[in-house]
Amino acid sequence: MDQPSSLKLLGSWADSHTHRVQLALKLKSLEFDYQEEDVVNISPALLLHNPVYKKVPVLLHKGRPVVESVVILQYIDETWTGNPLMPADPFERAVARFWCHFAEDKLAPAVGAVFSSSGEGQKAAVDQVHQNLKLLECEIRDGAFEGRRFFGGDKIGMLDIVLGCGSYWLSVFEEVMEVKLVDPESFPAFHAWLRDFEEQNEVKETIPAIDKLLEYARGVRQMMLTLSSSTITSVPATAAAAATTTGNDDVAVDAIDGSSG
Amino acid sequence: MAEGASEGLVLLDFWVSPFGQRCRIALAEKGVEYEYREENLRDKSPLLLKSNPVHKKIPVLIDHGKPVCESLNIVQYIDEKWPDRAPLLPADPYARAEARFWADLVEKKVCIPPPPPRMYESGTKLWKLKGEAQEEATKEFIEMLKLLEGELGDKKYFGGEMFGLVDIALIPFTAWFYSYEACAKLSTEKEVPKLVAWGKRCRERESVSKSLPDPLKVYEFVCFLKKVYGIE
Repeated sequence: MDQPSSLKLLGSWADSHTHRVQLALKLKSLEFDYQEEDVVNISPALLLHNPVYKKVPVLLHKGRPVVESVVILQYIDETWTGNPLMPADPFERAVARFWCHFAEDKLAPAVGAVFSSSGEGQKAAVDQVHQNLKLLECEIRDGAFEGRRFFGGDKIGMLDIVLGCGSYWLSVFEEVMEVKLVDPESFPAFHAWLRDFEEQNEVKETIPAIDKLLEYARGVRQMMLTLSSSTITSVPATAAAAATTTGNDDVAVDAIDGSSG
Repeated sequence: MAEGASEGLVLLDFWVSPFGQRCRIALAEKGVEYEYREENLRDKSPLLLKSNPVHKKIPVLIDHGKPVCESLNIVQYIDEKWPDRAPLLPADPYARAEARFWADLVEKKVCIPPPPPRMYESGTKLWKLKGEAQEEATKEFIEMLKLLEGELGDKKYFGGEMFGLVDIALIPFTAWFYSYEACAKLSTEKEVPKLVAWGKRCRERESVSKSLPDPLKVYEFVCFLKKVYGIE
């Protein structure tokens, strides 16, 4: 068996991609060293281990880096096969991968857009989030995940981790932006799943306290408004870095989830 | 499912789609028979809309009525469904992580804000744009190819001796190089000779040569699209 120090995670405390990896390691009962990374002054370690994207999270296993959270999760799952995160059946696996990609590619950017926009733009972004949540809601209610407590079945699996670590931003943004994103009446199945997910001990140990996340989000939003940027790209590097990035340079998207990983 | 049995395998596809071609290559590598169905993307079939309600896009692989969507997802599904032959991913978890990383990079390219352009879109810019915008797009495209060439190095394939996921992810786009070169001032042979050589090696595989379209036909298609978009 590996020595505890063979695993090291370079991450950032408010970064949902980092949380995914932390949660997966906890679910596998794996000990690891954690290193908080400064995303403003990128460390030599980060540059060395993730030269392509220069972002967290990076998992070092016996010194070898694995990057991109979904890639890392699969690596963890395939290296330590106890308590599997992915189903065994090829079709079930394809379904899980599809919705992980949906979470990354559609839902997360839509939620990010809510955070970074205002007025008409924000209304459109909120609509987009609702559309995406509707698709998920259908799938939970009477699609591929019908009758399950979690996407992984009775226990948390890969898709729960990917969707769950990031879904907390929904309630944070609801409060900071004063919008309704995940109304329990419109999305009862999603709501129920999220509530159950957040009740899990390992999840409680991983996700930062809600008031810290609120404070953080308020700070980033304030910075954005102060700079009164009309486009995301005009937000300078410091603001972007403060949002802690694992995805592209979109500040708001980075705050919750990038289009990568 | 019985070994080699392919009854009930349908691929909804579009002839020029590099994403569809990935699936065709993977199926050919595994020696699996399937029914190919050409979709009219301007008039999508009820089957396509039912099978991929979220994105309504090809390719979709329907396995005895169960749809799998998104090309790299389909390729991995094919690999896992027929694990006994022509593995498309290595056995070692770390090598698999590397393969997934690079396949994912091909999907999303080196991030340039916003929105993050994909390889397909990055290339699409080359024939859609003109002047300075096109020059900028050309530069970005070359940079991305060079990054990939750096990863390839002197290996036979991206996975080493084994033709696999990353090769499958990237090779269909090489059929578009001729079109990109014709529309923008670009010579892939000059800029990324190792990658071009890799492309030739891949096309020596029957799975690839059978699945990729003639670059001239792709160019005809691009010219048709240019007319549709009103680009000279």
